[in-house]
Amino acid sequence: MSTDTTPKAAGKLEGAAGDDSPAPAARVGRVAAWTFLIFIIVISIFPFYWALRTGLSNNGVLLSGDGSFLPPDASLINFQRVLGLLSAEEAAEFRGTGSFDFGRALRNSIIIATCVTFFQVAFSAMAAYAFARLKFTGRDKLFNLYLAGLMVPPIFVLIPNVILIRDLNLLNTLPGVMAPFLLMTPFAVFFLRQFFLGINRSIEEAALLDGAGHGRTFFEIILPMAAPQITTLAVLTYVQSWNEYLWPLVVAGDPEVQPLTVALGVFTTQQPGTSPDWSALMAATLLAALPVLILFAFTARRLVDSIQFSGIK
Amino acid sequence: MSSTAPPASEEAAIAANPQKPKQSLFRATQGDAGWRVAFWFLLPSLIGFLTFFLIPGLRGLYIAFTDWNLIANSGSFIGLDNFERLLNDDPQFWNSMRVTAWYVFLNIVSQTILSVTIAVMMDRLTNSIFVRGVMLLPYLMPNVIVALLWLWMLDGNLGVVNDFLGFFGIGPVNFFTDTTNVIPTIAGINTWRHMGYTALLIFAGLQTIPKGLYEAGALDGSTEAQMFRSITIPLLRPVLALVLVLTIVGSFQVFDTVQVATGGLSGQPGGPANASRVIYLYIFQNAFNFNDMGYAAAISVVLVILLLVVTVIQMRLLRAGESDLA
Repeated sequence: MSTDTTPKAAGKLEGAAGDDSPAPAARVGRVAAWTFLIFIIVISIFPFYWALRTGLSNNGVLLSGDGSFLPPDASLINFQRVLGLLSAEEAAEFRGTGSFDFGRALRNSIIIATCVTFFQVAFSAMAAYAFARLKFTGRDKLFNLYLAGLMVPPIFVLIPNVILIRDLNLLNTLPGVMAPFLLMTPFAVFFLRQFFLGINRSIEEAALLDGAGHGRTFFEIILPMAAPQITTLAVLTYVQSWNEYLWPLVVAGDPEVQPLTVALGVFTTQQPGTSPDWSALMAATLLAALPVLILFAFTARRLVDSIQFSGIK
Repeated sequence: MSSTAPPASEEAAIAANPQKPKQSLFRATQGDAGWRVAFWFLLPSLIGFLTFFLIPGLRGLYIAFTDWNLIANSGSFIGLDNFERLLNDDPQFWNSMRVTAWYVFLNIVSQTILSVTIAVMMDRLTNSIFVRGVMLLPYLMPNVIVALLWLWMLDGNLGVVNDFLGFFGIGPVNFFTDTTNVIPTIAGINTWRHMGYTALLIFAGLQTIPKGLYEAGALDGSTEAQMFRSITIPLLRPVLALVLVLTIVGSFQVFDTVQVATGGLSGQPGGPANASRVIYLYIFQNAFNFNDMGYAAAISVVLVILLLVVTVIQMRLLRAGESDLA
């Protein structure tokens, strides 16, 4: 399918200067393939640009405007509105703004994602250490049970978990929103165990012979050695809990504890019939995506590597 | 299983553990001593696993046989009634199955074709982390944000996509409000979100194929298409099988995009006219909108069975795990 566009590019990854292959055809193939890749890259980025362009536009102009590529009547006012930086009178000029407290939802998202990431990674690392480096009866059976947890679709345990959280009186509380993810996920245990298995045993044995307990060995030898992998997992976990929607949608009916995902989702439903306040919505969307974008900018290489790793294993 | 004696290679120890019963006495004691240490390392995760995975799993299975709801809070055992109801007496259930199947089909076809294409292009052209990274970006975004971005871009009146189509004299297309368009639209959105991620997985598989095979093929005068068929596809099969299982199982669980994209602006989620009421959404609505948790649990049992069957069939068909390389 794909290859029809690159008829003779075969085996020419490095050897573009090779003389004895049919160069012109290969070049056409290369150009076509690059065009396709660039097209895909543009498609991947364009919605973010368009959200920025919309967020910078004046909503009134937007409704009457055409799809010009630059923002009509550009200003930062929508971002200020979303962040609550305008006075009440200024804000009153716009439709439907007071309904969504961006700052509060942002704070909730940060608290939830940070706590979940810290505890989940810490506790999963401990479990992964036990599965990778300790010997005890039933270890493999228990680990396989954890792995089976990967297969269960979240909706299957959603209903019992909601009942549990309600019985614990944790509905509409931040601990309730965090609870199911706080102690472990099968994926996190699996992911770290893979790395811990690969660490050379002799280093650890030397420490144990020197009288260090498993606790010290774990904290002072294994964790530092696995720091890059733990960072990667932490980034993945942060992104994932930042993105979580279904669970908080159910247990956080109260806006007081809603994270950004739920608050943004609710925001759209608050304007039935009328055309929504697209400028503000896109400004809010971009701001909500910002932490992930920043994390991504700093860790892109590691993320790409780890995702490829997780797929192959 | 009992644990193995001294620390050779960990993987070998796991693989070789069943035999050698003569040392079992010794190992049992060693194992129990091991438990004392392991217990403290495992404790938090065990609590988490039991509380939020294992026990809820079993409880969910039980609830499926009751008429539990949150308000009355009393589930009495009603046997197979829920299952009889969904099989014989609920056109909405069958509608949601049909809608989900259509979505899964569209999503898998478009996503697989696109991501294999992207992966092959990347494999042949560039190792650039930038290129791979940019394509990963949509995958990292929350589904809610993805849904909102595309809701705006695909808006029937103001959306830039309709402006673009109008330029070619097409449209305006009602992407979300037309019953025939809504599922293909959502499949397209999720393809956009996942194609880079899937391409990365396939790309990693492509990188394990020895380049020499292509060079030899080129020397023999094979065309690119021939090499794709006789080298790439066979050697990629284990990775492709894994990716397909992951994406099919994942796309059966589509929810966020549907809930957000069809919920706010066009009325009840699942609309228009139930055309996007996928099974996950139907379970959700039964549980939390119609307050019929027992029935919702029964449908999710069906979903789990369905996913297991799909996985097993796929693994068989694609003979996952066996590479043609060795």
